Amino acid sequence: MSLESVDNKDVETMNPPVRLPRPVVRAARTPVPEPVTGSRLKIDVEHLSFFYGEKRALEDISIKIQPNVVTAFIGPSGCGKSTFLRTLNRMNDIIAGARVAGRVCIDGDDIYRPGVDVVAVRRKVGMVFQKSNPFPKSVFENVAYGLRINSMTSSKSELAGRVEESLKQAALWDEVKDRLHESALAMSGGQQQRLCIARALAVKPDVLLMDEPASALDPIATQRIEELIYQLKTNYTIVIVTHNMQQAARVSDYTAFFWLGRLIEYERTDKMFTNPTEKLTEDYLTGRFG
Amino acid sequence: MTVSRTPAPRTILSALFVGACGLAVLLALVPLAFILFFVISQGVQSLSLDFFTHDPVPVGESGGGMANAIVGTLILTGLAAAMAVPIGILSGVYLSEYRGSRFASAVRFAADTLNGVPSIVIGVFAYAVVVLPLRHFSALAGGFALGVMMIPIIARTTEELLLLVPNALREGALALGATRARAVFSVIVPAALPGIITGVVLALARIAGETAPLLFTSFNNRFFTTSLTQPISSITVQVFTYAISPYEDWHRQAWAGALVLVTIVLICSMAARIAAARVARIRGQ
Repeated sequence: MSLESVDNKDVETMNPPVRLPRPVVRAARTPVPEPVTGSRLKIDVEHLSFFYGEKRALEDISIKIQPNVVTAFIGPSGCGKSTFLRTLNRMNDIIAGARVAGRVCIDGDDIYRPGVDVVAVRRKVGMVFQKSNPFPKSVFENVAYGLRINSMTSSKSELAGRVEESLKQAALWDEVKDRLHESALAMSGGQQQRLCIARALAVKPDVLLMDEPASALDPIATQRIEELIYQLKTNYTIVIVTHNMQQAARVSDYTAFFWLGRLIEYERTDKMFTNPTEKLTEDYLTGRFG
Repeated sequence: MTVSRTPAPRTILSALFVGACGLAVLLALVPLAFILFFVISQGVQSLSLDFFTHDPVPVGESGGGMANAIVGTLILTGLAAAMAVPIGILSGVYLSEYRGSRFASAVRFAADTLNGVPSIVIGVFAYAVVVLPLRHFSALAGGFALGVMMIPIIARTTEELLLLVPNALREGALALGATRARAVFSVIVPAALPGIITGVVLALARIAGETAPLLFTSFNNRFFTTSLTQPISSITVQVFTYAISPYEDWHRQAWAGALVLVTIVLICSMAARIAAARVARIRGQ
């Protein structure tokens, strides 16, 4: 078999020249910003509990998430980390029988206060899902969707500009600029996930929630997503749920460890991974359970 | 290890069973083959250009066609679609969006019941609510009767197709700040559109072949008309009228009408499938 006949779509080398991201330890490279308090906090959660019907999925969670850093949520399957992530943009509202108690303040405003515009909350707090979910439309229309429904641009050229800008931010522009009007579903898994990130960035959110964004991707596509997360944190506050502890160590500045619906420990990543306070955290990080 | 040369009993049983299934399929296809054979062999003889361009002629005169009935059928199915497509699709959206609610279950049950109501009963209903108040037969009444038949088909097809759209698409739209209605009409319905189009065209093909609901709603008309308030001819009623007549000429016309009707239905079915496949391919699904 000749080398050319290998289907390289999955490793995303269809559009040469390919620049693979350098494998670097990011946490060691950048200083974590000084923690802020009060209304300058990006997300301030107080005594949040969450119920699916009678079942309590999250128990009395309080956490203060810093602006312009990457915060990782880790923990074993079913520990509530994804459920908690979805309370931060009220995505759990669409689940029948779901109920929330407590406060989630974003920039000081409680998003569960009666009368809050959920649409405005979700525009401010964007989300990328575990399984990439591009709409069955063209690449361009996928990115333009949020801009169109929120009437965020006033002209065609402005719309095209924002689409291009978002695709560049998501490091996808060079690969798709010649096929903007082709179906998004024809792209590889890694490209689809970056398209979903571009789509989320297009509406200019403040916060980007990522629910295991790389769990369905191969190592090279994963590396690209991680590189992207690292670049995006200068402009966005990022919260990422991950199963992969090495990934949490690589990309995040702060890490929160969840277990059985409770927040066990929340610390700077470098501290948690070298010297966790809780015995439970240490057991999980060293692979004794989970 | 030795390999036995005689097949095991289970292999024989399996072959017998697959053979029986194949035979059943053949038997099921026999009536279709006969219908097509008779309709084509009998219909082709009387089919000519005149058949499409001329109106019926009185008994005894030769020639004439069904131009009025062909146009009538198109008008009647068009009226039915204009009524049933919006109502049917919106009901389908409601059924899939509020699938858990009690009202949705009631609507679903009502739609299934309506779907099972004999078409002659729907004709009587249309007679009572449209023909009697207007005091005469009309294309509107016929279109109404066919529309009533189409609504439950389209509603249930739409519902089932919308339920097939992955929930991840809805979440993706909502996460971008879409309202529920916006998510449904800009993402979920378009994702199911190829299937919905197929469903609508198949429903059209089905009602185009209905006779009973038209007998006392649109009635029949020997003359060409496009007026919606006048009685109008349709291929099915025309075939019925000719077929029960004692005249050899009319029997031949009836066969030709049947052939045209079958052809229209087949073309509709194929067009629907091709259109759906094309839309799906453009989207890369």
